[in-house]
Amino acid sequence: MIDPAGPHAAAVARLWWVMLGGSALLAALVFALLTVAMRRREAPDAHTPKARVWIVWLGLIMPSTVLAVLLGYALVLGGRILPTPAPDGVAIGVEARRYDWAFRHPGLGGTRNVLHMPANRPVDLRITSTDVIHSVWVPRLAGKMDAIPGHTNTLRLVASRPGTYRGECAEYCGPGHKDHGFTVVVHDARGWAAFTGAAR
Amino acid sequence: MKALKLHQELTAIWRNAPGWRGTLCSVNHSDIGKRFIVGAFAFFAIGGVLAMLIRAQLATPASAFVGPEVYNQLFTMHGSIMMFLFAIPMFEGLALYLLPKMLGARDMAYPRLSALGWWCYLFGGSILIVAMLAGVAPDAGWFLYPPLSGKQWTPGINSDVWLLGITFVEISAMCAAIEIAVSILRLRAPGMRIDRMPLFAWYLLATAAMMLFGFPPLILGSILLEIERAFGWPFYTPALGGSPLLWQHLFWLFGHPEVYIIFLPAAGAVSTILPVMARTRILAYGALVAAVMALAFLSFGLWVHHMFTTGIPHMALGFFSAASTLVAIPTAVQVFAWIGTLWSGRPQMKLPMLYLIGFFVVFVLGGLTGVMLAVVPFDQQAHDTAFVTAHLHYVLVGGFVFPMLAAAYYWLPHFTGRERVMQLGETAFWLIFVGFNLTFFMMHLTGLLGMPRRIDTYSDAMGWTWLNLLSSVGSFVMAFGFALFTIDVGLQIWLGRHHRRNPWHAGTLEWAMAIPAPAYNFASLPQVAGRDPLYDQPDLGVALARGEGWLGATRHGWRETLAVDMVTGEPDHIVILPGNSWLPIATAGVLAGFFLAMLAGLYWIAPLFLVGVGAIGWRWAWTNGAREDYGTLPAGQGVALPPSTEALGTTGWWGSVFALAASATLFASLLFGYAFLWTVAPDWPPPQLIARTVLEPSLALLGAVLAIVAVRRVGPDGRTALAVAAGGQIALILALVLLVVLRLPSPASHAYAATGAVVAAYAIFHATLAATMLAFARARIASGHIGGARLGELRIVRLWSDHAAGAGVVATLLLALPGWIA
Ligand SMILES: [Cu+2]
Ligand SMILES: [Cu+2]
Repeated sequence: MIDPAGPHAAAVARLWWVMLGGSALLAALVFALLTVAMRRREAPDAHTPKARVWIVWLGLIMPSTVLAVLLGYALVLGGRILPTPAPDGVAIGVEARRYDWAFRHPGLGGTRNVLHMPANRPVDLRITSTDVIHSVWVPRLAGKMDAIPGHTNTLRLVASRPGTYRGECAEYCGPGHKDHGFTVVVHDARGWAAFTGAAR
Repeated sequence: MKALKLHQELTAIWRNAPGWRGTLCSVNHSDIGKRFIVGAFAFFAIGGVLAMLIRAQLATPASAFVGPEVYNQLFTMHGSIMMFLFAIPMFEGLALYLLPKMLGARDMAYPRLSALGWWCYLFGGSILIVAMLAGVAPDAGWFLYPPLSGKQWTPGINSDVWLLGITFVEISAMCAAIEIAVSILRLRAPGMRIDRMPLFAWYLLATAAMMLFGFPPLILGSILLEIERAFGWPFYTPALGGSPLLWQHLFWLFGHPEVYIIFLPAAGAVSTILPVMARTRILAYGALVAAVMALAFLSFGLWVHHMFTTGIPHMALGFFSAASTLVAIPTAVQVFAWIGTLWSGRPQMKLPMLYLIGFFVVFVLGGLTGVMLAVVPFDQQAHDTAFVTAHLHYVLVGGFVFPMLAAAYYWLPHFTGRERVMQLGETAFWLIFVGFNLTFFMMHLTGLLGMPRRIDTYSDAMGWTWLNLLSSVGSFVMAFGFALFTIDVGLQIWLGRHHRRNPWHAGTLEWAMAIPAPAYNFASLPQVAGRDPLYDQPDLGVALARGEGWLGATRHGWRETLAVDMVTGEPDHIVILPGNSWLPIATAGVLAGFFLAMLAGLYWIAPLFLVGVGAIGWRWAWTNGAREDYGTLPAGQGVALPPSTEALGTTGWWGSVFALAASATLFASLLFGYAFLWTVAPDWPPPQLIARTVLEPSLALLGAVLAIVAVRRVGPDGRTALAVAAGGQIALILALVLLVVLRLPSPASHAYAATGAVVAAYAIFHATLAATMLAFARARIASGHIGGARLGELRIVRLWSDHAAGAGVVATLLLALPGWIA
């Protein structure tokens, strides 16, 4: 996920780096205060900060501000990667089972364990399962979405360049879990046309 | 000489009978607490060995060390053991051992219940370990998601072992929760107002409350899954109107609070030890109490953050994400209050402090990744990867294990009365600290590189090889650290020199006694005037030992301690505690019979064991009480107080209130499940399955009204009213049985019928219990236990009877309602 190949994954990767930087600063602050506190050997004096500084400023106001900013940022970002209606979108059915994946491309026959999709177009996976819970995850394209029997979930994928990517089952689904992967083939416009044409 | 005689008398009253019988029958809180701690540590060692096997398997790519089947059992058992057989029992043990001592009492509120909890824990845990040795351990992950854990995909008894064994162990958690809450609220030293309680008590009070409301959803979920596996009633099967997501909601309704149930007691230990190490008093007591309460409350509102990838609508995700980040604020308040305490004192780098530093470093990092994971888009990437495993271990090992190691070194002198021998503890710390960080820091990275959790091998091409190898090396370094810790503790127990009283110059009451502690804790109970009684009165322990406090004399061979007003700490009555008893181990043994019969599939024999439990329960309750009034008795300090048999608002009554609160939570979770399935499953309930009826609801209402009205007319000689109330309960039972048999389709046919049948079963169970208790009250009036001023039992019976009547009405309405609105 720190090597994104699509706009959504890239946005999340950016989010990660921002959070990492912020966390490093906060951790440094806490550890610095702790170190100073442990090194102070003299008796408590008038310079000791009051409870109000520790509780109100450091304990309440500082984290509230940081969290509010982070939440706002995440909410906007979360809204952007939703499967909103898109004119050029492609819907692909995904059916998970132990231990393979059946993909139904629109107007085409099904494929097993190979997901074909066009580059630079929003692809909505409609995901379900026929047996136990699995989870669709293409680390370099987007976050994951569970495949749950009796439910259909939608996951939006966008790939910014053609290529092949690794997909995994992220939810533990039994002894074959670790091999429950699939391949994503991202086509450029010509390749996608050829694929859809050829399969037709 | 008077003091010596007092000690001899108290010892005769409180000690165990000699020999192994005495050990089996012991109900003393120090004994039970120590057993829980030793047991939990033994399970920790087992869980640790499993962890090393896991790391050995993952150390190299394409490893064929154990194979996927065994590996799945390994990680399922590792998680289950550490959560249910180590963390919770460990703090229960610490709480059982320390609480009465810190509160200035002689024992917990229900000594026999502590013992019952211990035996349930031991037997339930043993079932899991034996199953593992037999190769049929649970293997569906510690959160046991159906359908994978269901009969179709796990046909063996593996899942049943988890469901039955863990539920058995949870009996001890529920016992502990009730007991901790009541003991903190009522069994304190006089003068210990609620705002003078040690912080440890506040933390445990919050923990106990969380357990009362957090465990019932899991217990319910387990019962439903076991019923589905055993009898095919569909709760989690989509084809028959169920949903696998119901399990996830019930599981995480427990599972998230669980994290704080584990963390809070440890944080309570930090708040106790840290000011002593800093030679000062805690900063911002009130803010800490408020933060703890806020954490306890908030943690129930954010279970959904474990389900961010299950297809929950965006708005709901935003809400739960905000709620999840919010818990960072009370956590930050605590962290800065602790650092502020160090800042305002003169900290000493003694061994417990070293472990507290380890706690700070690891826990703060875990907290920060926790905030990251509360952010939805990031969670959707990191969920179910090694990153989450790393975060979880940073929070739990940082937030629980390091404080417990600090606590171990801080309180060991209390347990053993001895000093440390060699300085192995420092070396152990560095091995654990470095090993831990090496293991789990790397797992953040492997997770970010895309390594899912719970895979048993990976190919070299993934690029995770080096990181995994380092993790594995780290885990072995850490294991050496724990081995060294064990050796260090062993040396202290066997070879240490005798320690003086209060070696740390602490202010809390557990140090106002000789170490190791006598069976009765205090020869007489202290009068408290501040938050750190031993700072205000350094020679308090000696004065108490001379019998100068409350209850400094014995009578009738009674085990006595004081109950105070919950808020003001004014002495209220003398609690007479039960002595050593074979009832707890017998009850646990018969319960074990029930769980084993279920496990073996002997479903017709299993209920017989429950009847046995009922019979022992009758006997258990019968041994309480007295047949005469004593009036007020001298309690010391020139004050006379009534004994608990003649008091109102006794510990028994409060215990019933909490037990019913937990039971009502289970019922509410069940109703939540019913409503949840109704909203998510299509065509629910199926119209062709619904029947319309007036007869049964009318009968049930009549029964409930009779029960509620009649039980209020029961006086010391109200045998008729008792019979009428029991009749009302029986009418309720009849109505519910008729509803299930005549109006509800076969429970195996659809989730609607299955949940309805369980709702009815809940109400029937409680009505049966209430009818039995009414019969018990009648027998107690006849035997003279109820009469005179001894009316407390009637108040308890009324509580249970009212609850049963209410649940009966709700259940009836729920079963009849679909027929009327369809
Ligand atoms: Cu899978
Ligand atoms: Cu959580």
